[in-house]
Amino acid sequence: MGESAHHLGVDPERPQGEVLGVTSARSLMCGGPRTRDAGYMIKVESLTKTYGAFTAVDDVTFTALPGRVTGFLGPNGAGKSTSMRIMVGLTPASSGYAEVSGRRFADLPNPGLEVGVLLDASAQHAGRTGREILMVSQMMMGLPASRVDEMLDLVSLTPTESARRVRNYSLGMRQRLGIATALLGDPEVLILDEPANGLDPAGIRWMRDLLRGYADKGGTVLLSSHLLHEIEVIADDLVVIGNGKIVAQGTKAELLRAAGTLVRTPNVQDLANALTASGVAFQPSHATGSADALRVDAEPELVGKVAHLAGVPLAELRAAEGAGLEEMFLELTADTQRDGAAA
Amino acid sequence: MTTIALEQDTRRAARPAPAPIPLSRIAAVELRKSFNTRSGFWLMASIGIAAVVATGAVVLLAPNDQLTYDTFGAAIGVPLSIILPVVAILSVTSEWSQRSGLTTFTLVPHRSRIVLAKGIVAVGIGVASMVVALAIGALGNIVGSAIAGVPTVWDDGFGFLSGVVLFNVLGMLVGFMLGLLIRNSAGAIVAYFVYSFVLPTLAMLLADSQQWFKDLQPWVDVTYTQSTLTEGSLSAEQWANLGVTHLVWLIIPLIVGIRLVLRSEVK
Repeated sequence: MGESAHHLGVDPERPQGEVLGVTSARSLMCGGPRTRDAGYMIKVESLTKTYGAFTAVDDVTFTALPGRVTGFLGPNGAGKSTSMRIMVGLTPASSGYAEVSGRRFADLPNPGLEVGVLLDASAQHAGRTGREILMVSQMMMGLPASRVDEMLDLVSLTPTESARRVRNYSLGMRQRLGIATALLGDPEVLILDEPANGLDPAGIRWMRDLLRGYADKGGTVLLSSHLLHEIEVIADDLVVIGNGKIVAQGTKAELLRAAGTLVRTPNVQDLANALTASGVAFQPSHATGSADALRVDAEPELVGKVAHLAGVPLAELRAAEGAGLEEMFLELTADTQRDGAAA
Repeated sequence: MTTIALEQDTRRAARPAPAPIPLSRIAAVELRKSFNTRSGFWLMASIGIAAVVATGAVVLLAPNDQLTYDTFGAAIGVPLSIILPVVAILSVTSEWSQRSGLTTFTLVPHRSRIVLAKGIVAVGIGVASMVVALAIGALGNIVGSAIAGVPTVWDDGFGFLSGVVLFNVLGMLVGFMLGLLIRNSAGAIVAYFVYSFVLPTLAMLLADSQQWFKDLQPWVDVTYTQSTLTEGSLSAEQWANLGVTHLVWLIIPLIVGIRLVLRSEVK
């Protein structure tokens, strides 16, 4: 990172970030179109939760829109689950607030009919059958009993399976039951914490199609995950959180485009000088697994032109497509040291 | 701008706000939840089983001159005074120990309504169980005296029987209070046994050796005042004793427990 980054507005169509990465992604998103906010179904405003000296959620602000799947992405312990618990009133916020369907969750008269919630599929009485768990929720929401069978069909739990007690369920079956509970009241909003955990590949595919269909019919989906690729395939909008803070948010397209260009050359220093002279921001990239690559905050065409004029031979030149997001995400993960400690 | 317009088209028409969930429905759901787990089912079944076993034991074992309704009532009361508080404890603590509270409190975010519904259900189960148990005892009294060939003796009046029911309901409310305060099944059950079996023994020992405590006991010892309910009609002072001890040992901790439940984090 020794090279100084410039931002002289090479491309007037695009807002320029300071140094490509976290801050640039954030400023880019903030400059994005926010006029859609008028139609949000989930609104989280300056949400903060502290436990003594530890800040689990730090000034988190975002919205989720109808007809879209919003991915809430972050490493384990980043504050996703705490934020979601605050949204549904299970955890009191230290400051800030969250609204669902335009109201605080506690002010919803019959929340199950407006918001489907799945925070932890294993958080069920182990001695109750799957069917009973649905019946209890169906009774509480005041729905007809037939709704239970419809939901069991929808999530492909057979009558034999639904008659078994939940202690004998696999995690995948619990997730299906949890999804059934969340969808029971035909809500307009879904809040799902790591719903793909424990599902097999076919199950993940099923869940993806289900949520896609739900959003396409106008529903609002907020789902969290600690897996970038899992969320990349389903989400329309992304909110990336690390150490309790939002580090990037926007549409998936915007975030992926934000990565700029990946360029690889044997003469890294020459290219760096040329880019600096042209006023294009860049930083070293480890996306290729070697030290000869740069990630440049400009279109490939411009980078190629700069290299050509400087007479620098290139080994590779391509749009970085999400490499920035992935690197940022890896950085976040490395910060928390969870994977490192386990190894 | 086109994309914006498209996105707004996909929104559903605004729905009318649903009607609020009535308390009666919450209570009905909580009642169902007392029965629909394996442990819950057998706990409830054990109330009837204990009443039948206790009645059978009296019929078989009691001397003929003791085959009176009072004997049956006392024999049934002992197991129920243990089972019923456990029913009340588990109705609260399972939401935390089994973590079903995540669903319960998202479907009904006003936790005070859940607490109230659970309290209503606990008292209802207590009263209903006592009525059933005392009916089983009455049947035992008729059958037992017929087998022994002695006259059927109904030596317990309505006042006494309602005292026994109140005794058990208070025991259930103590369990309910401990459940709210501790929010852990094992911990709350242990606390209940300390509350109703260990502390009374210590209080008895203290009262035997210290005259000042013996004089004070009716005003401070909650299990002492509860036991007066099973010994016939109460004087005005005994009612006052009952009220004061329950204010300190039941109502105040109950309020603290409810506040804790309303404020705590559900994970």
